[in-house]
Amino acid sequence: MPALSRPFKNQRYVPYVFVLPFVLSAGLFFVYPVIQTIIMSFQEIAPGLREFVGLDNYRRLANPRFYTALRNSFVYTFLTIAVLIPVPMVLAVLLNSARSGAGRSAFTVLRGMLFLPALMSVVVVGTVFRLMFASSESAIANTVAQLLGFPPTEWLLAGPTTAMVLLVLVATWRWTGINIIYFLAGLQQIPNELYESAELDGANAFQKFRRITVPLLRPVTVFVLTISVFGGFAMFEESFVLWGPTSPGNVGLTMVKYIYQQGFQSAQMGLGSAVGITLLAIVFLVSLALLKLTGFFRQGDE
Amino acid sequence: MEHRIARIVVVVILVAIAIVFLVPVYALALSAFRPGQQLLRYGITPESLLPTGFTMSSLHTLFTARDGIFLQWFKNSVVLLVLRTSISIMLSAFVGYGLATYQFAGRKILLSAVVFLMVVPIQILILPLFNLMIHFRLMNTVWGVILPFLVLPFAVFFFRQYAGSLPSELIDSGRVDGVSEFGIYFRIMMPLMVPAFGAMIILISLMSWNDFVWPLVVLRSNDMFTIPLGLNSLLTPYQDNYDMLLSGAFMATLPVFILFFLFQRFFVSGLGEGAVKG
Repeated sequence: MPALSRPFKNQRYVPYVFVLPFVLSAGLFFVYPVIQTIIMSFQEIAPGLREFVGLDNYRRLANPRFYTALRNSFVYTFLTIAVLIPVPMVLAVLLNSARSGAGRSAFTVLRGMLFLPALMSVVVVGTVFRLMFASSESAIANTVAQLLGFPPTEWLLAGPTTAMVLLVLVATWRWTGINIIYFLAGLQQIPNELYESAELDGANAFQKFRRITVPLLRPVTVFVLTISVFGGFAMFEESFVLWGPTSPGNVGLTMVKYIYQQGFQSAQMGLGSAVGITLLAIVFLVSLALLKLTGFFRQGDE
Repeated sequence: MEHRIARIVVVVILVAIAIVFLVPVYALALSAFRPGQQLLRYGITPESLLPTGFTMSSLHTLFTARDGIFLQWFKNSVVLLVLRTSISIMLSAFVGYGLATYQFAGRKILLSAVVFLMVVPIQILILPLFNLMIHFRLMNTVWGVILPFLVLPFAVFFFRQYAGSLPSELIDSGRVDGVSEFGIYFRIMMPLMVPAFGAMIILISLMSWNDFVWPLVVLRSNDMFTIPLGLNSLLTPYQDNYDMLLSGAFMATLPVFILFFLFQRFFVSGLGEGAVKG
């Protein structure tokens, strides 16, 4: 960042005017709600009643339903990362190789096709996937399953495994195109000479990928990893549109959905807040770990 | 020669993957022209992917059922999009420029806060934000939907990066000419940030158009719903709901696809920038 000359003396207030909207917005709609959540997590809240109950809400988290939500959020986050980093990275490299010369328009069209899912509302996505993965034997997912030698299943209702598979498939479909764009932007930063000199040394395509592309894409990989971690723990909408606010056997239940259920369906604001604080703590710890491993947040101070 | 074959193989693989990715999109487009009852009973089947047996009745139902409620949802979505995008783009650019241009006490902390808020899942806070909206009497209002997310951290970050890459001599010469700091921003620097505005207008509009959870919490009556909320309310198999659901889903998506094909460059540049500089 260029260190510019300071504003004139009598205008020292100017920078603060510029950042004021952010300070107000973050204070009112982030800091204050966080404080409120902490307070509410120690209270029992009902119409006309608000009393301090100590750690009661946190003790009540020791229930199978919360454990299901916790496990689902972790498994979902892990699986989406396992798919949504390597697959888009390889696809971006393949796309990039078609980028030059005559491949130019093919590149644009293919990139656009893979990006289309990211443009669609989650409600629309949920509707289409519910119908493609419908329980009828002739539905498209079951047709494919039978072609591969599996029996048809009730994807949405059969149990936690098919539910998780479905959620990961939806995530893969929705976010591959976006992550490809991140990786493509990263590939643009890698100087071509590196590949040229590697070729002179007789490196094959795989060696170039492993020794040049992967290490030099590291900053973008860290970025994608970070947004995937937070996106994974925040997941709720996909589950909501596939199963509605509650689901049989709690399939697809996640932490944020548990907060929603407690707050808006069971009128348990206190318990919901305790879940919120727990999730915030998890996210905070994970981001500290990421910071330690990758230095992502270091960009703030230069 | 070997090189050319490799290239052809790569393109064939990519085309195959892209076709698989397009199946749900294609299925959506065709389902808008099929009877909802049939889809509800059998789901989307391989036969329903054949381009035959279309009917316009679902689309007709969509625009006429319940006194044209779909058009009302469409209008609500457009109003929200215009208000939200225009206000949050102005505020986010203003803050981003300030963070890029000035050295002042607290700048580092604010930058870290912007980066932190960019990634922290705001969904955690729906309960206290809901209480806040009740307190401000903003439930079931447009302002209730847009107010908490007017200053968008990712947009602030993007504008800060962009403004930081502009030549600082322009600011200095503005000062020499006696232009005020705000004059420098609005008259000299902001016009130079037009490409950044383009990318962010696209992304924020897309977010607003598809936004679901927060509007679901705030908006309570059918005539205030946006398209995603309206479609969500049709998810129960009742009367002609599925006719409206599928054709409505298609009509909600079509304008976005058209804009995407016209402005693909802007969609892509807004996203890529954040990843490389992030």
